[in-house]
Amino acid sequence: MRVSMEWLGEYVKPGMEAADLGEKLTRSGIAVENVLCRDAGLDQIIVGHIDAIEKHPEADRLWVCTVNTGERQYTVVTGAQNVRQGHKVPVALPGAKLPNGTEIGEAAFRGIKSSGMLCSAEELALEEKTISPEDREGILILDKDAQVGQPIAQALGLDVPILELELTPNRADCLAVINVAREVSAITGQPLQLPDVKVVEKGKGRTEEQVKVTIEDSDLCGRYAARLFTNLRPGPSPFWMQRRLQAAGMRPINNIVDITNYVMLEMNHPLHAFDYHTVKDGHIVVRRARAGEKLVTLDGQERELNSENLVIADPEKAIALAGVMGGLDTEITEKTTTILLEAAHFYPASVRRTARQVGLRSEASQRFEKGVNIDTVKLAMDRAAELVAQLGVADVVPGYVDNYLRPMEPTKVPFRASRINALLGTTIHPEQMEDIFQRLQFPVQWEEVAEGEQGGAGIVVAPTYRPDIQGEHDLAEEVARLYGYDRIPTTLPQGKTTVGQRTWPQTVREKIIDTLVGSGFREVVTFSFINPRHLDRLVIPTDDHLRQVIPVQNPLSEEQGILRPTIIPGLLEVAARNASRRIPDLAIFELGGTFLPKALPLKELPDEAWKVSALVMGAAPVHWSGKPQPYDFYFLKGIIEKLLTALKIEGVTWSRETELSYLHPGRSARLQIVQDGMVFDLGYMGEVHPDVREAYDLVARPVVMELDLSALTLLARAKGDYRPLHRFPSTDRDMAMVLPIDVPVGQVEAVIAEVGGDLLERWRLFDVYQGNQISAGFRSLAYTLRYQAPNRTLTDEEVNHAHESIKKALIERLGAQFR
Amino acid sequence: MREQLERIRLQAADELQGVEGTEALQDWRVRYLGKKGELTQILRGMGAVPAEERPAMGALVNEVRAAIEFMLEEKSRQLKEKEKQARLASESIDITLPGQVALVGSKHPLTLVIDEIKQIFLGMGYEIAEGPEVETDYYNFEALNLPQDHPARDMQDSFYITPDILLRTHTSPVQIRAMERIRPQLPVKVICPGRVFRRDDDATHSPMFHQVEGLVVDKSITFGDLRGTLLTFARQMFGPEREIRLRPSFFPFTEPSAEVDISCGCGGSGCRVCKGTGWLEILGSGMVHPNVLKYGGYDPQEVTGFAFGMGVERIAMLKYGIDDMRLLYENDMRFLSQF
Ligand SMILES: [Zn+2]
Repeated sequence: MRVSMEWLGEYVKPGMEAADLGEKLTRSGIAVENVLCRDAGLDQIIVGHIDAIEKHPEADRLWVCTVNTGERQYTVVTGAQNVRQGHKVPVALPGAKLPNGTEIGEAAFRGIKSSGMLCSAEELALEEKTISPEDREGILILDKDAQVGQPIAQALGLDVPILELELTPNRADCLAVINVAREVSAITGQPLQLPDVKVVEKGKGRTEEQVKVTIEDSDLCGRYAARLFTNLRPGPSPFWMQRRLQAAGMRPINNIVDITNYVMLEMNHPLHAFDYHTVKDGHIVVRRARAGEKLVTLDGQERELNSENLVIADPEKAIALAGVMGGLDTEITEKTTTILLEAAHFYPASVRRTARQVGLRSEASQRFEKGVNIDTVKLAMDRAAELVAQLGVADVVPGYVDNYLRPMEPTKVPFRASRINALLGTTIHPEQMEDIFQRLQFPVQWEEVAEGEQGGAGIVVAPTYRPDIQGEHDLAEEVARLYGYDRIPTTLPQGKTTVGQRTWPQTVREKIIDTLVGSGFREVVTFSFINPRHLDRLVIPTDDHLRQVIPVQNPLSEEQGILRPTIIPGLLEVAARNASRRIPDLAIFELGGTFLPKALPLKELPDEAWKVSALVMGAAPVHWSGKPQPYDFYFLKGIIEKLLTALKIEGVTWSRETELSYLHPGRSARLQIVQDGMVFDLGYMGEVHPDVREAYDLVARPVVMELDLSALTLLARAKGDYRPLHRFPSTDRDMAMVLPIDVPVGQVEAVIAEVGGDLLERWRLFDVYQGNQISAGFRSLAYTLRYQAPNRTLTDEEVNHAHESIKKALIERLGAQFR
Repeated sequence: MREQLERIRLQAADELQGVEGTEALQDWRVRYLGKKGELTQILRGMGAVPAEERPAMGALVNEVRAAIEFMLEEKSRQLKEKEKQARLASESIDITLPGQVALVGSKHPLTLVIDEIKQIFLGMGYEIAEGPEVETDYYNFEALNLPQDHPARDMQDSFYITPDILLRTHTSPVQIRAMERIRPQLPVKVICPGRVFRRDDDATHSPMFHQVEGLVVDKSITFGDLRGTLLTFARQMFGPEREIRLRPSFFPFTEPSAEVDISCGCGGSGCRVCKGTGWLEILGSGMVHPNVLKYGGYDPQEVTGFAFGMGVERIAMLKYGIDDMRLLYENDMRFLSQF
């Protein structure tokens, strides 16, 4: 919304500069985004009169003008073809510097010296949208009443600052210049002078006899008023009106259109003019469109309508899309003599739906969407009629039609001054509140507590242009903003002391993040939605449950197509992006939600399973002393083991993961815990399948993990079990065995643990060897076993016996060979 | 014999001067103190000494022996010290070579900012509440005083899953969920960090971003309390010299409502960050709308409350001086490694 200070000044004199007023308005709730000045670079450009014009003797396309600026004459050469003797034009005098930076001096054109330059609209930096296409061609021809010698900024009204308002949805009332004036009056205390509308009617006959209005769908239209203007005398609107429209960012068209636009800006009431004689029987019907009904709108397009659309119709057919756009058949043309002016109120949501459906958001439709005041429909219509008569645009036929089905009652809002103070934390006196309400022109009735004595409570009658005032809290805001938000004291909540602490799941999450960060991982943040093509890149079979994903109905692009069922594709994408930027080594993780539907389409909210997912690729940074640590399966497994230790989770079993299409079948594992007969699935890890690697354009071999946060939270313990320290010495014994390669270490250790029993304190695998010294298909494993008893020093015999028993079991059960 | 002993002592001392290294010292010891050493030789000639002189002679021999042994000890200590010094010198390394690579990880800057916000409010006695990213229309709009047909519910702004289920457009639904959980207890003091989603994707908007919501409900909570709380937050987050400024604004779920500006780090002189105004817009806030309290299960005649919400990306960008929001989602290691 743009409001020129000049227009505003007609209703209230703010008594301060535009910038100061802008600041004041902003601080009290009507945000002024910008104070627009349009006169930059227009110094030394003035109105000139073309005393004479003749063809350049040496050049066909050039003209030599004698320009009179009142004080003297200049000879100016122009290449424009639209200048005639007697025209008034903008002349940039020598020394002027145009808005686009061009400096004007004296120059010779084929032997004729030109002093200064005639300017086009573009050279004056006039806003294109406010200028007619004709005026954009050639030199800007000024109004014949323009004052010669006047600075152009003044002549065109460009020296008036414009407030650009950024309105919040509750203050659509300020789409009306008069309501901005009300606001200015309230905050400055300056008196308000609003137009006192008086319609001068003329001629015989009455509108009521010639116009009939039937509102069929009153749920979408609560009021429809109409007037007739006859003996239409088309022509341009007066300059002052054109200037105000331009300042608001609109283009003057002709007198009748300009008047409707002017009233729309002044009062926030869009009006529509029909050619009366094209409306059959002068009968306006407001109804829903019939299915398949067609209407050719003003822009020449044929629109197919449905029963969602409200139309204005005559008894035969639709003639306009209510509040959105008029129809071509009833448009005002040169032949029009009588105008039927519509002033109405349409249901905002209906206008919004229709406007969106036909892809047309006009100034009028946007105002209806944001809400216009149903109560002042007739006032706006009369204001237009007043201007029509005043400016001699047409004769206003006596009488009017006003179908106002359910007249709006102003809202009465009871309030207690004490309660307003309690909400704000202030001690504003009721009299101060009364003053604020008066400045806002809100009538107040104070409750009498005793004969002639006011209490601290009352009722405010909210004006109909302020539908946002519904309750005491709304009045509290009015009081606060006019009292000044800055004057409200700064306090802290009193009351019961509360202890801020994290929940257990939050504690576990932080522990996980700290552990991973402490292990060299970088946290990444990827989107909760992903491109569905990731599922193909992960080579997930079409019938797999991971294909049961939740689609987003209205994504901006495929990138937001589905909610992620796993974080892995996000991590792979990050890895690929970094690899393409020559960062081939990384260790990353993300902690976040994944989305699994209970049923599709969704009937209820999906499960948001939080996961901690990680990806490693390449190797740790190289050190001069040795080989870099590869970021491989065992590295990530070690990290998981560290994570489990940090969370004090014990007894995890690692089994081969065979289900997931995107993992290497021989290099992936699933983690589970069996506790009290229940199996808890912790998640999985593994090297990414070569096909997937290829799909993501990765050369290195990434290894990924995805662990379930709720399982980790359930199993994690805040403290472990304390065991007293052993006081008796321990004995270490090594064993080295050769085993077939396909015997997993897990099995070997299961035997060691079982047979070792209580005397075996711990074991450690310290070497795995495969190669020349050993036959193909075999490998050697070397362990250190520590024997210890809590209550005595073990004898050599006891240790030997235990050690030999383990060896024997390994030989018998797994075919181990000892050398 | 006396002279002889004296000569041995002098000779031993003299020779010891030239001894270098442990082996030479061993030879020297054998030469003077060994079984065939000079001193032993002299003791063997003791028989020739008259009986009355023997005790005096014996004492003299012992004295010389003690002197030589003392020299030996002294020399031995010196040699060891010298050897140690030589060893230490030989063990010297280039201390400018880089140290072993310790793996360094990092939290995402958005997490760092959220952590900091959490810490500040935990310190003020708030708990951290959470809610789902996929929400119902009821929690995301209706219970927040955004009825059907409210322009803010525009299809343009939200990602829908079904007509009734959508990706939450703000963290505000957690307000309702928190009140439902805590009612009828008082006070409600929660902050709710999380991801939110809007249909915008350009240089300054991401379709997914982060917010932190705050909510306090109790008997006699005031607008002044909101102001004080936000001032405390702003100073802890950005520095003790910061001021805040409240501007009237509009949110459907608060009334009165306020946009909150914080004074810029330039101290008001105006800079690129604050576009010369001296103020930075960082959050929206207000007194909880009575309808919202009702939806949350509280009686607006009995309790009042305030709520606020802030964009984490904006704060992260201000705090770290990040000029392009998209960097936050690119996850380039060169970017992440700076936090
Ligand atoms: Zn600044």
